[in-house]
Parts: sequence; structure tokens; C-alpha cells
Amino acid sequence: MSNNMQSSISIRDLKLSFGSFDVLKNLNLEIGKGEFLVLLGSSGCGKSTLLNCIAGLLDVTDGQIFINGKNVTWEEPSDRGIGMVFQSYALYPQMTVKGNLAFGLKNAKVPKAEIEKRIARTAEVLQIESLLTRKPAALSGGQRQRVAIGRALVRHVDVFLFDEPLSNLDAKLRADLRVEIKRLHHQLKNTMIYVTHDQVEAMTLADRIAIMKGGVVMQLDSPSIIYNRPANKYVADFIGSPAMNFYQGTLDKDNNFRGDGLSLSVTGYPFEEGRVAQNQQVWLGIRPEHIRSADAAQQCAVQMGAIVELVEPMGSDTQIWSVVDKQNYRFRVDGQTEMTEGDSIRIGFDPENLSLFDRDSELRL
Amino acid sequence: MTDETNLVDGPRGPKPKRAFTRRNIFVYGTLLLFAVYYLLPLWVMVVTSLKGMPEIRMGNIFSPPVEVTFQPWVKAWSEACTGINCDGLSRGFWNSIKILIPSTIVSILIASINGYALSKWRFKGSETFFAILVLGAFIPYQIMIYPIVILLREAGLYGSLWGLVLVHTIFGMPIMTLLFRNYFTGIPDELFKAARVDGAGFWGIFIKIMLPMSLPIIVVAMILQITGIWNDFLFGVIYTKPDLYPMTVQLNNIVNSVQGVKEYNVNMAATLLTGLVPLVIYFISGKLFVRGIAAGAVKG
Repeated sequence: MSNNMQSSISIRDLKLSFGSFDVLKNLNLEIGKGEFLVLLGSSGCGKSTLLNCIAGLLDVTDGQIFINGKNVTWEEPSDRGIGMVFQSYALYPQMTVKGNLAFGLKNAKVPKAEIEKRIARTAEVLQIESLLTRKPAALSGGQRQRVAIGRALVRHVDVFLFDEPLSNLDAKLRADLRVEIKRLHHQLKNTMIYVTHDQVEAMTLADRIAIMKGGVVMQLDSPSIIYNRPANKYVADFIGSPAMNFYQGTLDKDNNFRGDGLSLSVTGYPFEEGRVAQNQQVWLGIRPEHIRSADAAQQCAVQMGAIVELVEPMGSDTQIWSVVDKQNYRFRVDGQTEMTEGDSIRIGFDPENLSLFDRDSELRL
Repeated sequence: MTDETNLVDGPRGPKPKRAFTRRNIFVYGTLLLFAVYYLLPLWVMVVTSLKGMPEIRMGNIFSPPVEVTFQPWVKAWSEACTGINCDGLSRGFWNSIKILIPSTIVSILIASINGYALSKWRFKGSETFFAILVLGAFIPYQIMIYPIVILLREAGLYGSLWGLVLVHTIFGMPIMTLLFRNYFTGIPDELFKAARVDGAGFWGIFIKIMLPMSLPIIVVAMILQITGIWNDFLFGVIYTKPDLYPMTVQLNNIVNSVQGVKEYNVNMAATLLTGLVPLVIYFISGKLFVRGIAAGAVKG
């Protein structure tokens, strides 16, 4: 059944259990051709497990996996038309870079001349021509990961699977390779599934992000929707650094929020369709960058006086931890700020930038 | 001002070390004592084996030979009598070699495959299987001696070299499997997964990825098996017959023969000859071992 010719990978009711513990719970996912999907979540959420299932490295307990319209649920990893890049690079230590690239092709009985051609082309794309005769031990971390990407590239597959490929690299290299992966995706237009716990990687690379928790996809959307309209409190809290400010309170039928020292009208807040507030217990969330301070606060609908508790200079900007009525308000200001600890300041925000979540279901209102 | 001069004249650079501290004397003294303790018997054996019988009878067992003679070594190797055979240890040496080579190769080969399957291709019940196998390492050999006699007899291998090879292979299996399983468990799973994505199967991964990475552990396994099998006495004396006795059994028969004078120099030479093989293995493989570790040290 190929009801959707556009989808490259389709996962239907996928379930995986170890003993009585369900790692993946009836997971459904459609990934379009050429799409860059990032599986994001904290450790133990099942994101790597899902990737291993797609790769065929783990046997599923139930459900089906389709790649390019073909049911591959029982296929060997090498027959699924996938290439995979691992966190630890997983290069074969006793082989040269060239041997590493050729290994999969030799197993697939690709003719020698064709192997040479493909290796040359891949080495050119990844700029590793000068490394071909070296052993992995003689390469730096960034070079190793490039070879590992090359090993997937050389096999001319439709689907690339990345399992936290940049986690072992230092911050600068990580940023460099991140850009390179994005460039590669623009160039090749392959379907890519990328597992990470780093939200920066997720936000910058993804066409869509699937945020996972406890074997379930919490939200599957474009980075901007995930960031601006998180579907539930977990997603709101997980995405964004520093994290969103949360306050508990009640929302009456006239859209007035009261609680945690705040009293404000949320008129103008873009409610989700069909979700109306009726004396509801809610969480109110404000992203740090939506809190304005000093002069900018004067134009905000909600304003208050705060005491600066802690100043964290980050260079380009500075994070301020301030207190109003024993409640913390984290926000970001310009890196050149002259605020110091103990200052009395004015802060403010506008209701349209808020997020409201039901207290029980934690779903977005 | 005094503070200033103190700072200038105060300690600077590496702290001086004294050679004869109490700690050093104690540590090196102890080491020296034990080195002598272990080396003295070897010294006595070497010098005695190079003396003639008249010189030995004078009783100075620690003194070096006045007149060096290699006659005892020649006699021990090719002339000493055990029972009706008077061709020395040489027969036992070649028997031991014939037992050693197949036993070592077969046991390491099978154990490495076992270890690979048990660590990377976990199947239902593989842990139980492994537990049973390891349990075998703790059961005293004596319990199994007679049942094995019967098994070998039924298989028609009793009293043959191949029977003994089989026994050595089986008895080496638990510890060898344990060794390889633990080593392969230490090889990252991602490497194994990458090879599967690259289309290598059970044997492809074993031969092309795992074996080339296991030189260090193969050397360790070889040291254990070679010394173990070479030094075996019990199985050799039980499962073979006099023509096929390994070197250790033959050595015992030479040293413990009751007729005639006790030729201490020949006995010493024979013992040294028997111990030579494990010794050589240690020296050669020691170097290989270090190189093997260096070659295996490729981590991400």
C-alpha cells in the first residue's frame, strides 16, 4: 500500500519493547522525500532506538516500516537503501580511509572501476582527498566524522541516518560541521533523519522536528512552530535556552490571569481552536526574549518593577535573573548592558507572546 | 626587606630527590630479595647442568662450573632412557609439538567465534549458554577424567594424539571463550552496526572487522594455551600411551627412573629443555603483545 507516493519513509504503529518495558509506543511518522527530520529529546526518550529500528539494527516488536514505498520491516540493514553515521564515527580502525569507504561497496559487489569513481567523487565533495591513504587513528575528530559521512555518501542511498553525529566534537568543530551537513543536504536533497539532544542542531538543521519523550512523539512541526507555539509544556520547557519562565495561576472567563504575583489580562492571546478558558488552572509561559526591560518596558501591556539578582554575561548578550514578588524572571538583554546585581529595574511583556497550558493535561490553550 | 630576600633565595625549580631514603631502601631491598629468591633455583639448575658428575659430587651447588661440559644436555635430549626407549627427551618434544599446534589453533579458532557470537549476536538464551560454559571452568578436572576415558574409547580416540588434542580443546574452551567474549564486548557496538549497514554478514564482520582488531587478545590466548597445554601432565599421562607421551611425562620418567645413579646434571638439563618452550613463547609474544596493544589503540 503506497497511499502517499511523496513520502520517503513511513512508520506505522511501530512498537518496540524490551521485556515489559515499552521503548516505542505505537509510533506513526511520515517523512517526505528530501526532508530533513530531526528527532529531538533527552536521553532515554527512544530517539536513537527509533533510528536503529529504521536502520534495521533492532527488530521491532510490532508495526511496519516503509522506505520508498517498500515494506522493509524484515529487511537487512544493507538492503534498506540507507546510510548511517554514528556518534563514535565507527570507522574500521585497521582499514585506510579508502578502505573504509570501499567496504560497503565491495560487500555489494560493485565493480572496481565504479568503486574508484565513487570514492573519488565522495572525497571531492567532503574534501578528504588528501586523507584517503591514512588510517582513522591518524585523523582528527572532525576528519573522522567527515569520513564517516563519506561512508554513507559513497553508497548512493536515498536515506541518511545520523545518530548524534556531532556530539563527540568540540563546540567550534560542531558548528562548522553542522553548517556542512546543512550544505550537503541542500546539495544532495536526500532524505535525512538526524538524532540529537542538542536543540541548536535541531533548530538550525531541521525542516521538521519531532520532539520525543517516553517513546512518544510530543510534537512534530517546523522549528519555528515548535518554538513559537509549543504544543505542550514539556516541549515549551525543552526548547529554548535559557528556558521559558513559567507561572501558575487561574484564568477566568474574561481572560484574566491571576497567580504567582501576576494579575493581567491575556486578551489578544492567540488561543488554539476550540480551547476556551473557563476558570481554568493554567501555566503561563514567557520566553526570556519576550521580556523587555528599561525603556522598551514602557510600551508593554504588562509592566512591573524587578530587582536584578544575577547577571550572566555571554558576550553577544547578557542573561538577567530578576525577581518580582519572590518569582524569578529570566530574560536577555544586549551584551553591553550596564545592569548590575541589586539594581531596581522595570520589566514588561505583551500577552500575544505568551504561552498558556492547561495545568492538568499540560496542553497548549 | 627580609621578606623580599626570602622570596628571591627561596626554593626554585624541581625539588631535589635523594636516592637513599628509607622508602627507597625498603622498596628496592624487597624487590632485590625476591628477585634473588626466584632466580637462585634457576642459577643452581643452569650451573649444575653444565658440570660433570664428579664436580657435582663435591657439593658446591652454587659455584659456577670449573669445567664446562654440554654432555648432560646432549644426553638429556637424545640418549636418556625411559623404559625401553633410549632416545631422550626428543621424542617427547615432538609429541608435545604435535599435540600443541592443533590444540592451540583449534581452541582459539572456536573460542573466538564463540566469543564473537556471544557478544555481538546475542540470541535468546545466549546468556544462559555462556553461564553454563563458564561454569565449566570451575569444575575440577578430576571429576571428568573417567567419563572422558569412556567417551574417547567410544569415539575410538583413546590413546591417540587426536584424542588428547580434543581434550585440550574442550578444556580450554570456557576460559578462552570468556576471554574473547569480554574482548569483543569491549569493541564498540557502533562499529559492528556500521559493518551491518555496509552489508557485511556474520562471517564477513568476524573475518574482516573483528579478527584484524583482535591481535592482542589472540596473543594472550596463545600464551595461555601454549603454556597450559605444554605444561600439562595429567591429561598426557592418562589419555595417551608411552609412545605418544608428551615432553612433561617423559621428563618425569627420566628424572624419576629408579635404576642406576641419579644424574643430576642430566636431570637439570632435561628440566631446562622442557621449560624452554614456554619461556621462548613469553619472550617472543611479550614483544608482540605490546605491539598488539598499540595497534589496537584506535579509539574515537
